[in-house]
Amino acid sequence: MDHPIKRDHSRFRNIVKGKIRDNLRKYVSNGEMPLPKGDGSYKIPMPSIETPRFKFGDQSQGGTGQGDGQQGDPVDGQEGEGEPGEGEAGEGEGNKELEVELSLEELASILGEQLELPNIEPKGKKTMLSTTDKYTSIGTVGPDSLKHFKRSYKEALKRQVATGTYDPENPIIVPIKSDMRYRSSTQKVEFDNAAVVIYMMDVSGSMGDEQKEIVRTESFWINLWLKSQYKDIEIRYIIHDATAKEVNEHTFFRTRESGGTLISSAFKLCREIIEADYNPAEWNIYPFHFSDGDNWSTDDTKLCLDILENDILPASNVFCYGQVESRYGSGQFYKDLSGHYKEDHDKVILSKIKNKEAILDSIKDFLGKGK
Amino acid sequence: MTTRSAPITGELLRLKEEIHQYALDYGLDFYPVVFEIVDYDTINILAAQGGFPSRYPHWRFGMDYDQLSKSYAYGLQKIYEMVINTDPCYAYLLKANHLVDQKIVMAHVYGHADFFKNNAWFKSTDRSMMDVMANHGTKIRRYMERYGQDKVEEFIDRVLSLETLLDINVLFETAEVKHSRNNKEAEFKNQFFHDDDEDGRSNQLKSFMRSKLFNPETEEPLPEREEASVVRPKRSYISPRDIMMYLIEHAPLKEWQADILGILREEAYYFLPQRMTKIMNEGWASYWHSTIMTQKALKSSEIIEFADKHAGVMAMSRQQINPYKIGIELFRDIEYRWDRGMFGKEFNDCTDMHTRENWNTGAGLGKEKIFEVRRTHNDVTFIDEFFTREFCERMQLFTYKFNPRTSRHEIDTRDFESIKSKLLLSLTNFGQPVIEVESGNFGNRGELHLVHHHQGVDLDIGFATDTLRNIAGIWSRPVNLTTIQEGKEVTYIHDGKEMKPLK
Repeated sequence: MDHPIKRDHSRFRNIVKGKIRDNLRKYVSNGEMPLPKGDGSYKIPMPSIETPRFKFGDQSQGGTGQGDGQQGDPVDGQEGEGEPGEGEAGEGEGNKELEVELSLEELASILGEQLELPNIEPKGKKTMLSTTDKYTSIGTVGPDSLKHFKRSYKEALKRQVATGTYDPENPIIVPIKSDMRYRSSTQKVEFDNAAVVIYMMDVSGSMGDEQKEIVRTESFWINLWLKSQYKDIEIRYIIHDATAKEVNEHTFFRTRESGGTLISSAFKLCREIIEADYNPAEWNIYPFHFSDGDNWSTDDTKLCLDILENDILPASNVFCYGQVESRYGSGQFYKDLSGHYKEDHDKVILSKIKNKEAILDSIKDFLGKGK
Repeated sequence: MTTRSAPITGELLRLKEEIHQYALDYGLDFYPVVFEIVDYDTINILAAQGGFPSRYPHWRFGMDYDQLSKSYAYGLQKIYEMVINTDPCYAYLLKANHLVDQKIVMAHVYGHADFFKNNAWFKSTDRSMMDVMANHGTKIRRYMERYGQDKVEEFIDRVLSLETLLDINVLFETAEVKHSRNNKEAEFKNQFFHDDDEDGRSNQLKSFMRSKLFNPETEEPLPEREEASVVRPKRSYISPRDIMMYLIEHAPLKEWQADILGILREEAYYFLPQRMTKIMNEGWASYWHSTIMTQKALKSSEIIEFADKHAGVMAMSRQQINPYKIGIELFRDIEYRWDRGMFGKEFNDCTDMHTRENWNTGAGLGKEKIFEVRRTHNDVTFIDEFFTREFCERMQLFTYKFNPRTSRHEIDTRDFESIKSKLLLSLTNFGQPVIEVESGNFGNRGELHLVHHHQGVDLDIGFATDTLRNIAGIWSRPVNLTTIQEGKEVTYIHDGKEMKPLK
């Protein structure tokens, strides 16, 4: 039987997510996602709920510390000495934020855990086989460069003890040829799978910096997750106003055009890219489109739906449209799409992203179906 | 659940017996110590629940567990040991620790166990808390089944806002005082409510259940208790700082609510002495693990590892003082001074630095003195009496404060007087604001009136607002708070919805 604290734990998780006890939500501090700090380490926020109590206000009262330094020297900035927690009953408050170094894989697994994302079942699997060598075992023959010193000396020690030539007073161990151990490899067959993500973004005048920041953050997490799911992944970027062009990542996030919006231009380019470079039988294709929902004309919207229906959807795993709220955007395109593709359509996922806080929900919308 | 911890066996058991004997030889005096071996998940669970294997259901235990597990998973923090103030004293050893660690922990635990048994502030703690906590859990679980988890949990959340409004003097309520208080209560109730009282429950239980004030059929309060009573003579035997007790006695609570309030109060008072003696308790335990290890238990092959671990525990921090470090050093300083007779009028009056430094009357009273100190002091008096100028300088202490210009915390001063007063202030009333009940009939409107005894630092008014809202939810009438904000006395009124300054 599980310990009862697991129930307390899931109750706490549900409060944090706002599922129950809504009145407590305002005491919940910190979001859920790790924040990159830029130097390879991430801040992992620890959600916590602080019970209101009478307490002293104001940081200006400071505190007492220990160490070197002159008056005026800063005392913060070298945190994380990792004071060993010799825990004592009845103790509580501590630092509510962790700073750790994480690899991208670890980060992806945190993301998957937090958002409860299903693993993706890639299509086109088993079409490409590849073999890799993994050095996981030990053999008695091999080249010197793969010699395993520790194991070799262990063998030598065993032999010397067994033959009585080992002297604890003078513990010299000399390995002979039969003691030598080498790392050896086993061949593993793996199935390759590959994916391409095609980002399309409306860069017309109505998309401001804030909107682009949202798209950038969102695409970072989407890439992270998809990279954790596929062995090979390619990412293509398309920007468009009334015309579309393919750009590199840097330009994608920094360009700001003015002028009108023809979404069909991007869809056409997307179709061309798929046709030219990615055979849908081998590739998992993920077109993402972000805009504020403005399109020039209803005729163009009709054209968009045509391309989507006839060319893009049959080739893709799923098509995702994220509508970023902006002051100028009408949000019409979302309505047009949702009129056409109902919410439970299995290849078209629509999501509205109101503000930064909504990014996680929208990622969950996009990737939560496991496609 | 029962399989989560196991008694120690083999080598650990032998070590325990060895260290137990050293502890006795040094004159430590403790209840029997039961060591159990647990894995990291279990120690996280236990730590989240304040050391006890069974508590009432509440999300905050889940929250602490969440945080402990995360920090453990990312390799940032690990709990080495835990020891519970009960008789017998339970202590948990982490399965994954090295043998040297286990030895340090055992020696450390005997220090705590001695402190628990002998320090005056622990005299009145209930040593059977293991069972009491489990019973509390059962009771509250039953209330949840009956009245709904959300409803009961919401009430607990409110009460937790009061958890720090305690009176340390209650710890010295001897059996006699308690008895006479209960008698007076009974007398009072008979006088005012003339009802039948012969239901055979103990006085102790009644004091917080107030069972007789309710009609057992409907579980509703009797009519005259529907609101906080207006006519109420001041009853001097409840401390005005013991706000939880005041509410149990005077707020219009349902039986289950009064019971829960009583349960949480009892638990809060159980943990109070540990909060009041953090520096001393850790200092004392560290003093003994260091002494036992270096003089007796340590093998020469273990010295490096011991030194490494010990140094980790003693690490100084620039943001806060490390109670282990200050505690152990202060005990050692006291021992040194009393061994050399560096105390009393003659020594204090001596102004020659050289003479002071080389003072030695050969008094040899060190050991005796530190045992006496561990018996009679708490952190406040410990610092007040033994924190000297020389010690302060040797410890390289400083105070820091926030500099709005650079938006950093910066070292403020190394002046002895200001450091000492800051330390004392942070320890007074276990670091919490002093709040007293002034009246339960404020303005003759049956409103509760609380007064904050301002000691130089203002209250965080945002938190105070929410706290008052929770108290108003229990009191069921508006609650007033008088405090000082930015040098001016203000009284706020909270009617359960919003807070306003009282005109």
